[in-house]
Amino acid sequence: MADETFEPKIVGFMCNWCSYRAADLAGTARIKYPPNVRIIRVMCSGRVDPAFVLKALSLGADGVMIAGCHPGECHYIEQNYKAMRRYYMLKHTLQALGLEEDRIRLVWASAAEGQQLAEHIEKFVEDVRKLGPLHWPANFQENGERLHAVEALAQEHAESLEVL
Amino acid sequence: MIAENKGKLAIYWAASCGGCEIAVLAIDEKILDVAKHFDIVFWPCATDGKVRDVEKMADGSIDVCLFNGGIRTSEQEYMARLLRRKAKVLVAFGSCASEGCIPGLANTSDRKEIFRTVYQETPSTENPRGVEPQHVTEMPEGKLYLPIFYDTLFTLDQIVDVDYYLPGCPPEAERIWDAITAILENKLPPKGSVIGVNTTVCDECPRKRSEKKIRKFYRTWEIIPDEETCLLEQGLVCAGVATRAGCGAKCPQVNSPCIGCYGVNDGAVDFGARLMSALASVIDSDDPEEIDRIIREGIPDPVGTFYRFNLAHSLLRRKKKAAAGA
Repeated sequence: MADETFEPKIVGFMCNWCSYRAADLAGTARIKYPPNVRIIRVMCSGRVDPAFVLKALSLGADGVMIAGCHPGECHYIEQNYKAMRRYYMLKHTLQALGLEEDRIRLVWASAAEGQQLAEHIEKFVEDVRKLGPLHWPANFQENGERLHAVEALAQEHAESLEVL
Repeated sequence: MIAENKGKLAIYWAASCGGCEIAVLAIDEKILDVAKHFDIVFWPCATDGKVRDVEKMADGSIDVCLFNGGIRTSEQEYMARLLRRKAKVLVAFGSCASEGCIPGLANTSDRKEIFRTVYQETPSTENPRGVEPQHVTEMPEGKLYLPIFYDTLFTLDQIVDVDYYLPGCPPEAERIWDAITAILENKLPPKGSVIGVNTTVCDECPRKRSEKKIRKFYRTWEIIPDEETCLLEQGLVCAGVATRAGCGAKCPQVNSPCIGCYGVNDGAVDFGARLMSALASVIDSDDPEEIDRIIREGIPDPVGTFYRFNLAHSLLRRKKKAAAGA
């Protein structure tokens, strides 16, 4: 479902101590990356509750990126390992719910890796673009038939249930 | 004769198993106290009553409606809207009305798939003409209607405004009585509250916790857990850590892991997210491949494990539909 004009909406949760600064560095160094990613700064990738990711997807994000410090370099000792375990847990569940594997991605980028972060973002945006829009809320919108049927019931009751 | 000071009570079921109706009776002889204070104006499971009688009642004339079951058909949606209009206080009674419960797990499927299984593929079904329920059937005498079966099961609060929630599959008798007492004494919590406690099953569970980590998840038939230690620390997927208390930790006390029927505790929006977070913390590995293997081998059915009672009320609500996203 590749669409040339489709611009994916990506939410990026980035760690205050590394990848958020890498994004800053990319900015000051004039390194370009696609503007599709909406960056949300968190204090640590371990702060990213799976609910954040689910909420982003449920509200219309086409993909979610989580970026943290390289393993072993966490500002809070080992929380990025927690992020890693949650990520695999989440990925397993999302696949069971019919989402493509490439809709979420965990990447590592230190504060010095502006270039690498830009490349990760570029790659992720291209991968999500190939998947097409997610448009999650459409999954549980019933068509107009539903409301019509509910309204029709009152009329049917009025006509058919009156037994004198 | 209807005493003037008596309240009016309605109990209704939609997409549910009927266990909630029985749970109402589990308050035993206290049901007589309920009858002393309330006239039961509508309870199709136990008393005779017609929808058209409810239709003719004045709006807001029912004091309390205990509504159990999720919303799966247009008829159930109609009843939810009707009872919302007629009742002053609408209580989402039990897991189905609050969170979708087991019927909500059918949100991993859709109408077409469900009909195919139920009306064609089950071994006990003989349906050579491939007949499936139709919304409208033309007959010589006129049109006949059946309710529309939705692709997605909705919780009560996804259809109408809900005043209170009473979780549980089914709610425990003591909690039902707490709710009824609160209604009778007019000591109801703020609108939108869950009537119950605000701790987790772990807080009620007598097992010993030692923050031990695990390298493998076991399924319940694979091990016989020891009776003292936390089940999660023995590798069983126990949902107690995410689940609201109120049941008295009955399952862990008989060596069976909590499956989460009391729903998510206050402070978390998505039961599965909470449980995923908690389980991720007990895995004893820092190696991506090993973590992935532990999860995939130990939890073959993530939706059924993390959202057994909550899929319809989770953030994503259902499995991706084939037609969506186009």
